[in-house]
Amino acid sequence: MQLTNRAKQVDRKPLNIAEKIYLPAVLKGMGITLSHIFKKKATIKFPEETRPFSPVFRGLHILNRDEEGRENCTACGLCAVACPAEAITMDAAERLPGEEHLYREEKYAAKYEINMLRCIFCGLCEEACPKDAIYLTETFAPANYSRQSFIYGKDNLVIPHPKENPEAFTKAKGLIDERKAKANQEK
Amino acid sequence: MILLAVDWAMVLEKTIFIAVIITISLVVALYMTFGERKVAAWIQDRIGPNRAGPLGLLQPLADGLKMFFKEEIIPTSSNKALFILGPSLAMVTAMLTSAVIPWGDKLELFGRTISLQIADVNIGILYVFGILSLGVYGIMIGAWASNNKFSLMGGLRAASQIISYELAMGLSLIALLMITGSLSLGDMVRQQQEGLWNVIVQPLGFLIFLVCAFAECNRTPFDLAEAENELIGGYHSEYSSLKLGFYLFAEYINMFISSAIMATLYFGGYDIIPFYDESAWGFSTNVMALLGAAALFAKILFFIFLFMWVRWTIPRFRYDQLMDLGWKKLIPLALLNMLITAAVILWWKL
Repeated sequence: MQLTNRAKQVDRKPLNIAEKIYLPAVLKGMGITLSHIFKKKATIKFPEETRPFSPVFRGLHILNRDEEGRENCTACGLCAVACPAEAITMDAAERLPGEEHLYREEKYAAKYEINMLRCIFCGLCEEACPKDAIYLTETFAPANYSRQSFIYGKDNLVIPHPKENPEAFTKAKGLIDERKAKANQEK
Repeated sequence: MILLAVDWAMVLEKTIFIAVIITISLVVALYMTFGERKVAAWIQDRIGPNRAGPLGLLQPLADGLKMFFKEEIIPTSSNKALFILGPSLAMVTAMLTSAVIPWGDKLELFGRTISLQIADVNIGILYVFGILSLGVYGIMIGAWASNNKFSLMGGLRAASQIISYELAMGLSLIALLMITGSLSLGDMVRQQQEGLWNVIVQPLGFLIFLVCAFAECNRTPFDLAEAENELIGGYHSEYSSLKLGFYLFAEYINMFISSAIMATLYFGGYDIIPFYDESAWGFSTNVMALLGAAALFAKILFFIFLFMWVRWTIPRFRYDQLMDLGWKKLIPLALLNMLITAAVILWWKL
């Protein structure tokens, strides 16, 4: 009974003399291996070279500031709601008088934590954010010894201050702007 | 009363030369492990070890050091004396063969003529064969002493394989000896320098010899004795630390020596260019000797590369295929080759 037409008739003829003395086949095989010696190698020498990421790579999060260094996040909680892995938690606080140079609006996130072991790097938080506050970057979480160290707080997440550390800020900002440009292109 | 006059200068000269040859074989074997890994990598589209030192050149030293620091385990159920004797014997027999190989022509230093051959024995090739067949004792004794069924299986395989292929190897060599008329390796090289390289006269003989050399060295496709994936290392599966290193090292030295023997027997030894009288260049004896030694080394390196190239191309033979090839194909072929050579020599009265 024929089930599919993919069956192949196997050749079971006894070997002829050229096949029996193996040598033609051996020489053919050696030709193949020799040609591989001169091929371009696929290896990436890791610490010195890195594989370029895809332009839409989604890595660790960053919390954005505006040009004067004020945090954008207003602790609205939309990112936490959007998060399918429930990796984001935050505590909101009211901005006190005299803190205007720290937070852009009158409510801010006193605590903002992302559990990088729970996070699936889907980018829904980035899409949900109405305040231009959270973005995914092109770095990934380095290895660590404890689970606790994978819970990233504000000290790990907030972008460098534009005035205190302008170099690091522009570098991180550049990445964000690139992502924004790409997102606009897609739209 | 002096019974035997000893030429102390000669004793010194030979001692230094032996030390040099042993050092060279050890260093070459050391870097063959590195070469093997590099060739394997290139053939598999990788780049191979490149971290230790410039271009990874210190890798074999790191490997050796690692082996040195490993815990040395002697199984309680093993025969301890034989367990230690095995790898030592493998190493010693591997080194012994280099004594009769002519590494080059004569050097003239301090008013003495120094032959670049430790001993130009008139039965050189028989000596080589004798030592080669002793080599299997190292493997067999080690395998037996391990008291492990996989080791024993590897040892048995090694023994039966070497006996089977030694026959075809000897027969292919008889045809060669009929042509050269001498058992001395030095004479053979001198004949090839003046006449043709033996590979042109004895192509079939060389082919048989080459296949048997692969089998004698336990190299793929004939590495049934160690067969990593079916016998978990075969005869050396119980060995660790430097004893294992000795076994692995002996294999590489064997490869080096067989390459040297093949280059000497069939590819003109230290003859630089075939069909050409190099004395026309007008270099001094010393320069010619060194050039010749370099030419021999180039040939040896080519054969070593061939060993590795074949290893990473051809899969291992099954045991019955191995015996089939040895007894039913190579021995009849070698006999045929011998008869044809004899007939040709008789017919044309060469």
